[in-house]
Amino acid sequence: MRLPLPIDPEVRARVDRLELPWNDLGIDPYGISKDYLAAYFTALRFFYRRYFSVEAHGLEHVPKRGRVMLVGNHSGGVALDGVMVIGSMFFDMEPPRVAQGMVEKFLNKIPFASQISSRLGHLTGIPEHAERLLADERMLMVFPEGARGTAKLYRERYSLVNFGSGFMRLAQKMKTPIVPFAFMGGGEAVPTISNAVTLGKLLGVPYVPVTPWLVALPLPAKLEVYYSEPMSFEGTGSEEDEVVNANVEKVKERIARLIEIGRKRRRGEP
Amino acid sequence: MKVLVPGIAGRLGRMLAERLIEEGHDVIGIDRRPLRDPPPGVEVHELDIRKRAAEEVFRRVRPNAVIHLATVTHLVVRSEDRYRINLGGTRAVFEHSAAYGVEHVVFVGRHTYYGAAADSPLFHVEDEPPMGLSSFPQLADLVAADLYAGSALWRYSSFVTSVLRMVYTLGPTGHGTLATFLRGARVPTILGYDPLFHFMHEEDVVRALVTTLEARPRGVFNVAGPQPVPLSVIIEETGRTNVPLPGPLLGAALGRFGLPRLPRGALEHIRYPITVDASSFKRATGWAHAIDERAAMRAYREAFPPPLPH
Repeated sequence: MRLPLPIDPEVRARVDRLELPWNDLGIDPYGISKDYLAAYFTALRFFYRRYFSVEAHGLEHVPKRGRVMLVGNHSGGVALDGVMVIGSMFFDMEPPRVAQGMVEKFLNKIPFASQISSRLGHLTGIPEHAERLLADERMLMVFPEGARGTAKLYRERYSLVNFGSGFMRLAQKMKTPIVPFAFMGGGEAVPTISNAVTLGKLLGVPYVPVTPWLVALPLPAKLEVYYSEPMSFEGTGSEEDEVVNANVEKVKERIARLIEIGRKRRRGEP
Repeated sequence: MKVLVPGIAGRLGRMLAERLIEEGHDVIGIDRRPLRDPPPGVEVHELDIRKRAAEEVFRRVRPNAVIHLATVTHLVVRSEDRYRINLGGTRAVFEHSAAYGVEHVVFVGRHTYYGAAADSPLFHVEDEPPMGLSSFPQLADLVAADLYAGSALWRYSSFVTSVLRMVYTLGPTGHGTLATFLRGARVPTILGYDPLFHFMHEEDVVRALVTTLEARPRGVFNVAGPQPVPLSVIIEETGRTNVPLPGPLLGAALGRFGLPRLPRGALEHIRYPITVDASSFKRATGWAHAIDERAAMRAYREAFPPPLPH
Protein backbone atom coordinates (compact mmCIF):
# COMPACT_ATOMS: atom_id res chain seq x y z
CA MET A 1 0.00 0.00 0.00
CA ARG A 2 2.30 2.73 -1.23
CA LEU A 3 1.43 6.07 0.35
CA PRO A 4 2.69 9.46 -0.81
CA LEU A 5 3.87 10.28 2.72
CA PRO A 6 7.30 10.50 4.33
CA ILE A 7 8.43 7.46 6.31
CA ASP A 8 11.27 7.59 8.81
CA PRO A 9 13.60 4.55 8.56
CA GLU A 10 13.80 4.21 12.36
CA VAL A 11 10.02 4.19 12.61
CA ARG A 12 9.89 1.67 9.78
CA ALA A 13 12.30 -0.58 11.68
CA ARG A 14 10.05 -0.42 14.76
CA VAL A 15 7.02 -1.29 12.63
CA ASP A 16 8.94 -4.35 11.42
CA ARG A 17 9.38 -5.42 15.04
CA LEU A 18 5.63 -5.46 15.76
CA GLU A 19 4.46 -8.97 16.51
CA LEU A 20 1.35 -9.14 14.34
CA PRO A 21 0.47 -11.86 11.78
CA TRP A 22 1.38 -9.93 8.63
CA ASN A 23 0.89 -11.41 5.17
CA ASP A 24 3.42 -10.96 2.32
CA LEU A 25 1.96 -7.56 1.54
CA GLY A 26 2.36 -6.24 5.10
CA ILE A 27 -1.33 -6.43 5.96
CA ASP A 28 -2.80 -8.26 8.93
CA PRO A 29 -6.17 -10.09 8.89
CA TYR A 30 -7.98 -7.01 10.26
CA GLY A 31 -6.58 -4.83 7.50
CA ILE A 32 -3.86 -3.13 9.56
CA SER A 33 -1.21 -1.94 7.12
CA LYS A 34 2.50 -1.65 7.88
CA ASP A 35 2.80 1.24 5.44
CA TYR A 36 -0.02 3.16 7.10
CA LEU A 37 1.47 2.53 10.54
CA ALA A 38 4.91 3.70 9.39
CA ALA A 39 3.54 6.92 7.85
CA TYR A 40 1.30 7.56 10.85
CA PHE A 41 3.98 7.07 13.49
CA THR A 42 6.46 9.10 11.45
CA ALA A 43 4.04 12.02 11.63
CA LEU A 44 3.19 11.35 15.27
CA ARG A 45 6.79 11.22 16.44
CA PHE A 46 7.26 14.99 16.35
CA PHE A 47 4.14 15.54 18.43
CA TYR A 48 4.87 12.67 20.80
CA ARG A 49 8.54 13.50 21.44
CA ARG A 50 8.72 17.27 20.93
CA TYR A 51 5.44 19.16 20.83
CA PHE A 52 3.88 17.47 23.86
CA SER A 53 7.04 15.66 25.05
CA VAL A 54 4.90 12.81 26.32
CA GLU A 55 6.16 10.95 29.39
CA ALA A 56 5.02 7.39 30.01
CA HIS A 57 5.39 6.04 33.55
CA GLY A 58 4.98 2.45 34.71
CA LEU A 59 5.52 0.80 31.34
CA GLU A 60 6.92 -2.23 33.16
CA HIS A 61 3.31 -3.03 34.15
CA VAL A 62 2.22 -3.46 30.54
CA PRO A 63 2.44 -7.08 29.29
CA LYS A 64 4.80 -7.46 26.33
CA ARG A 65 2.51 -9.91 24.57
CA GLY A 66 -0.85 -11.58 24.95
CA ARG A 67 -4.35 -10.18 25.39
CA VAL A 68 -4.68 -7.10 27.57
CA MET A 69 -6.99 -4.12 27.99
CA LEU A 70 -5.62 -0.65 28.67
CA VAL A 71 -8.36 1.18 30.56
CA GLY A 72 -8.13 4.87 31.36
CA ASN A 73 -9.66 8.31 31.70
CA HIS A 74 -10.49 10.67 28.89
CA SER A 75 -8.62 13.96 28.93
CA GLY A 76 -8.93 16.62 26.25
CA GLY A 77 -11.81 17.35 23.89
CA VAL A 78 -10.25 15.65 20.88
CA ALA A 79 -8.82 12.14 20.77
CA LEU A 80 -5.41 13.34 21.98
CA ASP A 81 -5.40 10.86 24.87
CA GLY A 82 -5.96 7.83 22.68
CA VAL A 83 -3.40 8.98 20.11
CA MET A 84 -0.69 9.43 22.76
CA VAL A 85 -1.42 6.13 24.54
CA ILE A 86 -1.05 4.43 21.16
CA GLY A 87 2.16 6.43 20.71
CA SER A 88 3.58 5.30 24.05
CA MET A 89 2.91 1.64 23.24
CA PHE A 90 4.71 2.07 19.93
CA PHE A 91 7.62 4.36 20.85
CA ASP A 92 8.35 3.35 24.44
CA MET A 93 7.55 -0.37 24.71
CA GLU A 94 10.13 -3.05 23.89
CA PRO A 95 9.07 -4.72 21.63
CA PRO A 96 6.57 -2.13 20.39
CA ARG A 97 2.87 -2.98 20.44
CA VAL A 98 -0.19 -1.75 18.57
CA ALA A 99 -2.91 -0.58 20.95
CA GLN A 100 -6.19 -1.00 19.12
CA GLY A 101 -8.92 1.50 19.93
CA MET A 102 -12.64 1.15 19.47
CA VAL A 103 -13.97 4.04 17.39
CA GLU A 104 -17.41 5.61 17.51
CA LYS A 105 -19.84 4.29 14.90
CA PHE A 106 -20.32 7.69 13.23
CA LEU A 107 -16.69 7.67 12.12
CA ASN A 108 -17.28 4.85 9.64
CA LYS A 109 -19.70 6.99 7.67
CA ILE A 110 -17.12 9.75 7.11
CA PRO A 111 -14.95 9.28 4.01
CA PHE A 112 -11.22 8.73 4.80
CA ALA A 113 -11.89 8.50 8.56
CA SER A 114 -13.12 4.94 8.22
CA GLN A 115 -10.35 3.98 5.80
CA ILE A 116 -7.52 5.46 7.89
CA SER A 117 -8.74 4.26 11.27
CA SER A 118 -9.21 0.69 10.06
CA ARG A 119 -5.77 0.56 8.37
CA LEU A 120 -4.29 1.62 11.73
CA GLY A 121 -6.22 -1.07 13.63
CA HIS A 122 -9.01 0.94 15.22
CA LEU A 123 -12.25 -0.87 14.51
CA THR A 124 -15.86 0.14 15.11
CA GLY A 125 -16.73 -0.08 18.79
CA ILE A 126 -18.94 -3.15 18.80
CA PRO A 127 -18.65 -6.10 21.22
CA GLU A 128 -17.91 -8.56 18.39
CA HIS A 129 -14.73 -6.69 17.48
CA ALA A 130 -13.50 -6.36 21.05
CA GLU A 131 -13.98 -10.07 21.75
CA ARG A 132 -12.34 -11.16 18.55
CA LEU A 133 -9.29 -8.96 19.07
CA LEU A 134 -8.78 -10.26 22.61
CA ALA A 135 -9.23 -13.86 21.44
CA ASP A 136 -6.41 -13.10 18.97
CA GLU A 137 -4.18 -11.92 21.88
CA ARG A 138 -4.27 -8.25 20.87
CA MET A 139 -4.01 -5.11 23.00
CA LEU A 140 -7.26 -3.20 23.35
CA MET A 141 -7.49 0.43 24.48
CA VAL A 142 -10.72 1.37 26.25
CA PHE A 143 -12.08 4.63 27.65
CA PRO A 144 -15.08 3.56 29.76
CA GLU A 145 -16.24 7.15 30.13
CA GLY A 146 -17.12 7.15 26.43
CA ALA A 147 -18.10 10.38 24.67
CA ARG A 148 -19.22 11.79 28.06
CA GLY A 149 -15.54 11.72 29.00
CA THR A 150 -14.17 13.62 26.03
CA ALA A 151 -16.85 16.29 26.60
CA LYS A 152 -15.31 17.25 29.97
CA LEU A 153 -14.74 20.99 30.40
CA TYR A 154 -11.47 22.56 31.58
CA ARG A 155 -12.58 22.88 35.20
CA GLU A 156 -13.68 19.22 35.22
CA ARG A 157 -10.44 17.99 33.66
CA TYR A 158 -9.34 15.78 36.54
CA SER A 159 -12.77 14.41 37.44
CA LEU A 160 -14.09 11.08 36.24
CA VAL A 161 -17.59 10.75 34.83
CA ASN A 162 -19.64 7.55 34.96
CA PHE A 163 -17.90 4.40 33.74
CA GLY A 164 -19.78 1.99 31.51
CA SER A 165 -19.64 -1.65 32.59
CA GLY A 166 -19.22 -3.26 29.16
CA PHE A 167 -15.42 -3.32 29.43
CA MET A 168 -15.59 -5.23 32.72
CA ARG A 169 -17.99 -7.87 31.40
CA LEU A 170 -15.69 -8.25 28.41
CA ALA A 171 -12.56 -8.59 30.57
CA GLN A 172 -14.25 -11.22 32.74
CA LYS A 173 -15.63 -13.18 29.81
CA MET A 174 -12.37 -13.10 27.88
CA LYS A 175 -10.15 -13.66 30.98
CA THR A 176 -8.18 -10.55 30.12
CA PRO A 177 -6.00 -8.53 32.50
CA ILE A 178 -6.82 -4.83 32.78
CA VAL A 179 -3.98 -2.32 32.93
CA PRO A 180 -5.49 0.89 34.37
CA PHE A 181 -3.91 4.15 33.29
CA ALA A 182 -4.29 7.86 33.98
CA PHE A 183 -3.84 10.36 31.19
CA MET A 184 -2.73 13.81 32.36
CA GLY A 185 -2.54 17.14 30.59
CA GLY A 186 -5.16 16.79 27.86
CA GLY A 187 -7.32 19.36 29.64
CA GLU A 188 -4.47 21.89 29.54
CA ALA A 189 -3.70 21.17 25.88
CA VAL A 190 -7.33 21.53 24.83
CA PRO A 191 -9.04 23.67 27.49
CA THR A 192 -12.67 23.19 26.52
CA ILE A 193 -14.95 25.97 27.69
CA SER A 194 -18.03 24.68 25.91
CA ASN A 195 -19.23 21.96 23.56
CA ALA A 196 -21.14 22.98 20.44
CA VAL A 197 -23.75 20.26 20.02
CA THR A 198 -25.76 21.85 17.20
CA LEU A 199 -22.66 22.50 15.12
CA GLY A 200 -21.65 18.89 15.75
CA LYS A 201 -24.98 17.67 14.44
CA LEU A 202 -24.47 19.64 11.25
CA LEU A 203 -21.04 18.05 10.81
CA GLY A 204 -22.26 14.56 11.69
CA VAL A 205 -20.26 14.27 14.94
CA PRO A 206 -21.57 14.22 18.56
CA TYR A 207 -20.25 17.73 19.42
CA VAL A 208 -17.45 20.19 18.62
CA PRO A 209 -15.26 21.35 21.52
CA VAL A 210 -14.85 25.13 21.81
CA THR A 211 -11.70 26.62 23.37
CA PRO A 212 -10.85 30.23 24.32
CA TRP A 213 -9.33 30.57 20.82
CA LEU A 214 -12.44 28.87 19.36
CA VAL A 215 -11.00 25.90 17.48
CA ALA A 216 -9.67 22.86 19.32
CA LEU A 217 -6.03 23.20 18.24
CA PRO A 218 -4.03 21.71 21.13
CA LEU A 219 -1.44 23.83 23.01
CA PRO A 220 1.97 22.28 23.62
CA ALA A 221 1.12 21.24 27.19
CA LYS A 222 3.09 18.45 28.82
CA LEU A 223 1.23 15.15 28.52
CA GLU A 224 1.80 12.18 30.79
CA VAL A 225 0.50 8.62 31.03
CA TYR A 226 0.69 6.60 34.26
CA TYR A 227 0.25 2.85 33.83
CA SER A 228 -0.32 0.68 36.89
CA GLU A 229 -0.19 -3.03 37.75
CA PRO A 230 -2.60 -5.29 35.85
CA MET A 231 -5.87 -6.17 37.59
CA SER A 232 -7.58 -9.51 36.99
CA PHE A 233 -11.22 -10.29 37.70
CA GLU A 234 -12.84 -13.70 38.10
CA GLY A 235 -16.16 -14.58 36.52
CA THR A 236 -17.84 -15.08 33.18
CA GLY A 237 -19.10 -11.57 32.43
CA SER A 238 -22.74 -12.57 32.83
CA GLU A 239 -22.91 -11.79 36.57
CA GLU A 240 -25.50 -9.47 38.06
CA ASP A 241 -25.02 -5.72 37.71
CA GLU A 242 -24.02 -5.25 41.37
CA VAL A 243 -21.13 -7.69 41.08
CA VAL A 244 -19.85 -6.18 37.82
CA ASN A 245 -20.32 -2.61 38.99
CA ALA A 246 -18.32 -3.33 42.14
CA ASN A 247 -15.44 -4.46 39.94
CA VAL A 248 -15.82 -1.38 37.74
CA GLU A 249 -15.55 0.78 40.89
CA LYS A 250 -12.24 -0.89 41.79
CA VAL A 251 -10.78 0.07 38.41
CA LYS A 252 -12.22 3.57 38.65
CA GLU A 253 -10.72 4.04 42.14
CA ARG A 254 -7.33 2.90 40.90
CA ILE A 255 -7.47 5.41 38.03
CA ALA A 256 -8.60 8.19 40.40
CA ARG A 257 -5.62 7.39 42.64
CA LEU A 258 -3.25 7.49 39.65
CA ILE A 259 -4.68 10.90 38.71
CA GLU A 260 -4.03 12.17 42.25
CA ILE A 261 -0.43 10.94 42.13
CA GLY A 262 -0.02 12.61 38.76
CA ARG A 263 -1.49 15.92 39.94
CA LYS A 264 0.87 16.04 42.90
CA ARG A 265 3.80 15.39 40.62
CA ARG A 266 2.64 18.12 38.25
CA ARG A 267 2.42 20.58 41.15
CA GLY A 268 5.93 19.58 42.18
CA GLU A 269 4.88 17.88 45.42
CA PRO A 270 6.62 14.64 46.46
CA MET B 1 -20.84 -42.04 -5.26
CA LYS B 2 -23.43 -40.65 -7.69
CA VAL B 3 -23.31 -36.86 -7.47
CA LEU B 4 -25.94 -34.65 -9.11
CA VAL B 5 -24.88 -31.10 -9.92
CA PRO B 6 -27.62 -28.60 -10.81
CA GLY B 7 -25.94 -25.57 -12.40
CA ILE B 8 -23.13 -27.62 -13.96
CA ALA B 9 -22.71 -25.40 -17.05
CA GLY B 10 -21.15 -22.55 -15.09
CA ARG B 11 -17.38 -22.23 -14.76
CA LEU B 12 -17.42 -23.55 -11.23
CA GLY B 13 -19.76 -26.43 -12.17
CA ARG B 14 -17.44 -27.56 -14.90
CA MET B 15 -14.35 -27.47 -12.66
CA LEU B 16 -16.25 -29.33 -9.95
CA ALA B 17 -17.39 -32.00 -12.42
CA GLU B 18 -13.82 -32.57 -13.61
CA ARG B 19 -12.57 -32.90 -10.06
CA LEU B 20 -15.37 -35.29 -9.04
CA ILE B 21 -14.64 -37.53 -12.04
CA GLU B 22 -10.95 -37.58 -11.06
CA GLU B 23 -11.98 -38.65 -7.58
CA GLY B 24 -13.88 -41.57 -9.09
CA HIS B 25 -17.45 -40.33 -8.67
CA ASP B 26 -20.28 -40.57 -11.19
CA VAL B 27 -21.34 -37.05 -12.17
CA ILE B 28 -24.78 -36.12 -13.46
CA GLY B 29 -25.40 -32.51 -14.43
CA ILE B 30 -28.53 -30.45 -14.91
CA ASP B 31 -28.56 -26.98 -16.46
CA ARG B 32 -30.78 -24.80 -18.63
CA ARG B 33 -27.67 -23.66 -20.44
CA PRO B 34 -25.82 -26.03 -22.78
CA LEU B 35 -22.50 -27.43 -21.53
CA ARG B 36 -20.12 -27.36 -24.48
CA ASP B 37 -17.70 -30.33 -24.65
CA PRO B 38 -18.61 -31.77 -21.28
CA PRO B 39 -15.75 -33.48 -19.44
CA PRO B 40 -15.62 -37.18 -20.43
CA GLY B 41 -17.81 -39.36 -18.25
CA VAL B 42 -20.24 -36.62 -17.24
CA GLU B 43 -23.93 -37.18 -18.00
CA VAL B 44 -25.55 -33.83 -18.81
CA HIS B 45 -29.24 -32.97 -19.02
CA GLU B 46 -30.10 -29.67 -20.64
CA LEU B 47 -33.27 -28.78 -18.79
CA ASP B 48 -34.71 -26.52 -16.13
CA ILE B 49 -34.38 -27.87 -12.58
CA ARG B 50 -37.93 -26.68 -11.87
CA LYS B 51 -39.47 -28.75 -14.71
CA ARG B 52 -40.92 -32.22 -14.44
CA ALA B 53 -38.12 -33.72 -16.54
CA ALA B 54 -35.66 -32.85 -13.76
CA GLU B 55 -37.62 -34.96 -11.32
CA GLU B 56 -37.31 -37.84 -13.81
CA VAL B 57 -33.53 -37.50 -13.58
CA PHE B 58 -33.69 -37.81 -9.79
CA ARG B 59 -36.04 -40.81 -10.08
CA ARG B 60 -33.90 -42.64 -12.60
CA VAL B 61 -30.40 -41.79 -11.32
CA ARG B 62 -31.12 -41.85 -7.55
CA PRO B 63 -28.06 -39.77 -6.67
CA ASN B 64 -26.32 -40.18 -3.32
CA ALA B 65 -25.48 -36.50 -3.08
CA VAL B 66 -26.55 -33.21 -4.69
CA ILE B 67 -24.35 -30.10 -4.98
CA HIS B 68 -26.71 -27.25 -5.81
CA LEU B 69 -24.92 -24.53 -7.80
CA ALA B 70 -27.94 -23.26 -9.73
CA THR B 71 -28.50 -19.86 -8.14
CA VAL B 72 -28.00 -16.61 -10.05
CA THR B 73 -27.15 -13.04 -9.02
CA HIS B 74 -28.61 -9.74 -10.18
CA LEU B 75 -25.54 -9.41 -12.39
CA VAL B 76 -26.63 -12.37 -14.52
CA VAL B 77 -30.41 -12.19 -14.46
CA ARG B 78 -31.83 -8.70 -14.06
CA SER B 79 -35.53 -9.49 -14.09
CA GLU B 80 -37.84 -10.68 -11.36
CA ASP B 81 -37.33 -14.11 -12.90
CA ARG B 82 -34.33 -14.36 -10.60
CA TYR B 83 -36.71 -14.98 -7.67
CA ARG B 84 -38.33 -17.92 -9.40
CA ILE B 85 -35.01 -19.44 -10.45
CA ASN B 86 -33.35 -19.11 -7.06
CA LEU B 87 -36.26 -20.03 -4.83
CA GLY B 88 -38.23 -22.37 -7.10
CA GLY B 89 -35.05 -24.16 -8.11
CA THR B 90 -33.85 -24.59 -4.53
CA ARG B 91 -37.25 -25.89 -3.49
CA ALA B 92 -37.23 -28.46 -6.30
CA VAL B 93 -33.74 -29.67 -5.33
CA PHE B 94 -34.76 -30.29 -1.71
CA GLU B 95 -38.13 -31.86 -2.49
CA HIS B 96 -36.73 -34.26 -5.08
CA SER B 97 -33.85 -35.10 -2.76
CA ALA B 98 -36.33 -36.08 -0.04
CA ALA B 99 -38.45 -38.09 -2.46
CA TYR B 100 -35.66 -40.04 -4.15
CA GLY B 101 -33.38 -41.11 -1.32
CA VAL B 102 -30.56 -38.56 -1.55
CA GLU B 103 -28.23 -38.77 1.49
CA HIS B 104 -26.53 -35.37 1.37
CA VAL B 105 -27.53 -31.99 -0.12
CA VAL B 106 -24.99 -29.16 -0.41
CA PHE B 107 -26.39 -25.68 -1.02
CA VAL B 108 -23.73 -23.31 -2.35
CA GLY B 109 -24.59 -19.78 -1.20
CA ARG B 110 -22.71 -16.53 -0.89
CA HIS B 111 -21.08 -14.54 1.90
CA THR B 112 -22.86 -11.40 0.69
CA TYR B 113 -25.79 -12.86 2.70
CA TYR B 114 -24.54 -10.77 5.65
CA GLY B 115 -24.66 -7.45 3.81
CA ALA B 116 -22.27 -4.50 4.06
CA ALA B 117 -22.93 -1.61 6.44
CA ALA B 118 -21.06 0.98 8.51
CA ASP B 119 -21.73 -0.82 11.77
CA SER B 120 -21.40 -4.45 10.68
CA PRO B 121 -18.66 -6.53 12.28
CA LEU B 122 -15.62 -7.92 10.51
CA PHE B 123 -15.61 -11.74 10.31
CA HIS B 124 -19.29 -12.59 10.44
CA VAL B 125 -20.31 -15.79 12.17
CA GLU B 126 -23.03 -18.10 10.90
CA ASP B 127 -25.73 -17.26 13.43
CA GLU B 128 -25.93 -13.60 12.41
CA PRO B 129 -29.10 -12.47 10.61
CA PRO B 130 -28.84 -10.86 7.13
CA MET B 131 -28.61 -7.11 7.73
CA GLY B 132 -27.97 -5.71 4.26
CA LEU B 133 -31.38 -6.02 2.62
CA SER B 134 -32.67 -2.52 3.28
CA SER B 135 -29.77 -0.96 1.37
CA PHE B 136 -29.47 -3.69 -1.26
CA PRO B 137 -32.90 -5.27 -1.97
CA GLN B 138 -31.53 -7.05 -5.06
CA LEU B 139 -29.97 -9.55 -2.68
CA ALA B 140 -33.30 -10.60 -1.18
CA ASP B 141 -33.81 -13.69 -3.34
CA LEU B 142 -30.36 -15.07 -2.56
CA VAL B 143 -30.80 -14.39 1.14
CA ALA B 144 -34.20 -16.07 1.03
CA ALA B 145 -32.75 -19.07 -0.84
CA ASP B 146 -30.02 -19.36 1.81
CA LEU B 147 -32.51 -19.26 4.68
CA TYR B 148 -34.85 -21.64 2.84
CA ALA B 149 -31.99 -24.10 2.34
CA GLY B 150 -31.18 -23.76 6.04
CA SER B 151 -34.75 -24.69 6.91
CA ALA B 152 -34.10 -28.11 5.35
CA LEU B 153 -32.00 -28.79 8.45
CA TRP B 154 -35.20 -29.24 10.48
CA ARG B 155 -37.63 -30.13 7.71
CA TYR B 156 -35.78 -33.17 6.37
CA SER B 157 -34.17 -35.81 8.53
CA SER B 158 -33.68 -38.31 5.70
CA PHE B 159 -30.59 -36.48 4.39
CA VAL B 160 -27.78 -34.28 5.67
CA THR B 161 -27.92 -30.61 4.63
CA SER B 162 -24.80 -28.43 4.30
CA VAL B 163 -25.41 -24.74 3.59
CA LEU B 164 -22.18 -23.05 2.48
CA ARG B 165 -21.65 -19.29 2.39
CA MET B 166 -18.72 -18.90 0.05
CA VAL B 167 -16.54 -15.81 -0.24
CA TYR B 168 -15.81 -14.33 -3.69
CA THR B 169 -13.78 -16.44 -6.10
CA LEU B 170 -10.76 -15.06 -7.90
CA GLY B 171 -8.63 -16.99 -10.32
CA PRO B 172 -7.74 -17.75 -13.93
CA THR B 173 -11.32 -18.42 -15.12
CA GLY B 174 -12.27 -14.83 -14.27
CA HIS B 175 -15.58 -16.14 -13.00
CA GLY B 176 -17.56 -14.42 -10.26
CA THR B 177 -18.68 -11.04 -9.01
CA LEU B 178 -15.28 -9.74 -7.89
CA ALA B 179 -13.46 -11.00 -10.98
CA THR B 180 -16.06 -9.32 -13.20
CA PHE B 181 -15.73 -6.07 -11.26
CA LEU B 182 -11.96 -6.09 -11.82
CA ARG B 183 -12.14 -6.87 -15.55
CA GLY B 184 -11.46 -3.41 -17.00
CA ALA B 185 -8.21 -1.42 -16.98
CA ARG B 186 -9.69 1.09 -14.57
CA VAL B 187 -11.62 0.04 -11.50
CA PRO B 188 -13.94 2.58 -9.86
CA THR B 189 -13.81 2.87 -6.07
CA ILE B 190 -15.39 5.27 -3.60
CA LEU B 191 -13.08 8.07 -2.53
CA GLY B 192 -12.20 7.76 1.14
CA TYR B 193 -13.24 4.11 1.48
CA ASP B 194 -11.10 1.01 1.06
CA PRO B 195 -12.97 -2.04 2.38
CA LEU B 196 -11.46 -5.44 2.97
CA PHE B 197 -12.49 -8.03 0.37
CA HIS B 198 -12.61 -11.72 1.17
CA PHE B 199 -11.91 -14.06 -1.74
CA MET B 200 -10.26 -17.35 -2.59
CA HIS B 201 -8.87 -19.14 -5.62
CA GLU B 202 -11.45 -21.16 -7.57
CA GLU B 203 -9.44 -24.36 -7.16
CA ASP B 204 -9.74 -23.94 -3.41
CA VAL B 205 -13.49 -23.45 -3.85
CA VAL B 206 -13.71 -26.75 -5.75
CA ARG B 207 -11.58 -28.52 -3.14
CA ALA B 208 -13.82 -27.15 -0.38
CA LEU B 209 -16.88 -28.59 -2.17
CA VAL B 210 -15.25 -32.01 -2.60
CA THR B 211 -14.21 -31.97 1.08
CA THR B 212 -17.78 -31.10 2.07
CA LEU B 213 -18.96 -34.11 0.10
CA GLU B 214 -16.55 -36.38 1.97
CA ALA B 215 -17.01 -34.96 5.47
CA ARG B 216 -20.81 -34.42 5.24
CA PRO B 217 -20.95 -31.62 7.83
CA ARG B 218 -24.51 -30.81 8.94
CA GLY B 219 -25.34 -27.12 9.33
CA VAL B 220 -24.59 -23.66 7.97
CA PHE B 221 -20.95 -22.82 7.29
CA ASN B 222 -18.94 -19.83 6.10
CA VAL B 223 -16.26 -20.93 3.67
CA ALA B 224 -13.10 -18.83 3.30
CA GLY B 225 -9.40 -19.53 2.98
CA PRO B 226 -6.79 -16.76 3.03
CA GLN B 227 -7.22 -13.52 4.97
CA PRO B 228 -9.13 -10.63 3.37
CA VAL B 229 -7.29 -7.83 1.54
CA PRO B 230 -8.17 -4.13 1.02
CA LEU B 231 -9.76 -3.42 -2.37
CA SER B 232 -7.01 -0.95 -3.32
CA VAL B 233 -4.41 -3.70 -2.86
CA ILE B 234 -6.40 -6.11 -5.04
CA ILE B 235 -6.57 -3.46 -7.76
CA GLU B 236 -2.83 -2.83 -7.54
CA GLU B 237 -1.83 -6.49 -7.40
CA THR B 238 -3.99 -7.36 -10.40
CA GLY B 239 -2.36 -4.54 -12.38
CA ARG B 240 -5.42 -2.31 -12.63
CA THR B 241 -5.73 1.42 -12.07
CA ASN B 242 -7.72 2.59 -9.08
CA VAL B 243 -10.15 5.40 -9.96
CA PRO B 244 -11.51 6.81 -6.70
CA LEU B 245 -14.66 8.88 -7.19
CA PRO B 246 -16.73 10.68 -4.56
CA GLY B 247 -19.66 8.46 -3.54
CA PRO B 248 -22.53 10.59 -4.90
CA LEU B 249 -20.69 11.10 -8.20
CA LEU B 250 -20.05 7.38 -8.62
CA GLY B 251 -23.72 6.68 -7.87
CA ALA B 252 -24.77 9.06 -10.65
CA ALA B 253 -22.15 7.78 -13.09
CA LEU B 254 -23.08 4.08 -12.85
CA GLY B 255 -24.15 2.75 -16.21
CA ARG B 256 -22.41 5.63 -18.02
CA PHE B 257 -18.83 6.32 -19.19
CA GLY B 258 -18.13 2.60 -19.51
CA LEU B 259 -18.92 1.94 -15.86
CA PRO B 260 -21.02 -1.12 -15.07
CA ARG B 261 -24.73 -0.64 -14.49
CA LEU B 262 -25.12 -1.64 -10.86
CA PRO B 263 -27.94 -1.19 -8.38
CA ARG B 264 -27.28 1.57 -5.83
CA GLY B 265 -27.02 -1.04 -3.08
CA ALA B 266 -23.99 -2.59 -4.77
CA LEU B 267 -22.05 0.56 -3.86
CA GLU B 268 -22.31 -0.45 -0.19
CA HIS B 269 -20.18 -3.46 -1.10
CA ILE B 270 -17.30 -1.27 -2.23
CA ARG B 271 -17.77 1.08 0.72
CA TYR B 272 -17.89 -1.41 3.61
CA PRO B 273 -16.33 -4.85 4.02
CA ILE B 274 -17.98 -8.27 4.16
CA THR B 275 -15.59 -10.74 5.74
CA VAL B 276 -16.40 -14.07 7.35
CA ASP B 277 -15.13 -16.36 10.07
CA ALA B 278 -14.72 -19.80 8.50
CA SER B 279 -13.32 -21.55 11.57
CA SER B 280 -16.34 -23.78 12.12
CA PHE B 281 -16.17 -25.11 8.55
CA LYS B 282 -12.48 -25.85 8.99
CA ARG B 283 -13.15 -27.63 12.29
CA ALA B 284 -16.02 -29.67 10.85
CA THR B 285 -14.22 -30.79 7.68
CA GLY B 286 -10.48 -30.39 8.25
CA TRP B 287 -10.27 -28.39 5.02
CA ALA B 288 -7.53 -25.76 4.57
CA HIS B 289 -6.80 -23.54 1.60
CA ALA B 290 -3.84 -24.36 -0.67
CA ILE B 291 -3.52 -21.05 -2.54
CA ASP B 292 -2.93 -17.82 -0.67
CA GLU B 293 -4.40 -14.42 -1.47
CA ARG B 294 -1.34 -13.18 -3.32
CA ALA B 295 -1.14 -16.24 -5.57
CA ALA B 296 -4.87 -15.95 -6.36
CA MET B 297 -4.45 -12.29 -7.40
CA ARG B 298 -1.41 -13.19 -9.49
CA ALA B 299 -3.28 -16.03 -11.22
CA TYR B 300 -6.08 -13.64 -12.13
CA ARG B 301 -3.63 -11.06 -13.41
CA GLU B 302 -1.84 -13.60 -15.60
CA ALA B 303 -5.09 -14.88 -17.10
CA PHE B 304 -6.53 -11.38 -17.51
CA PRO B 305 -3.72 -8.90 -18.10
CA PRO B 306 -5.04 -5.37 -17.71
CA PRO B 307 -6.44 -4.22 -21.08
CA LEU B 308 -4.46 -1.32 -22.52
CA PRO B 309 -6.36 1.95 -22.11
CA HIS B 310 -6.95 3.75 -25.43
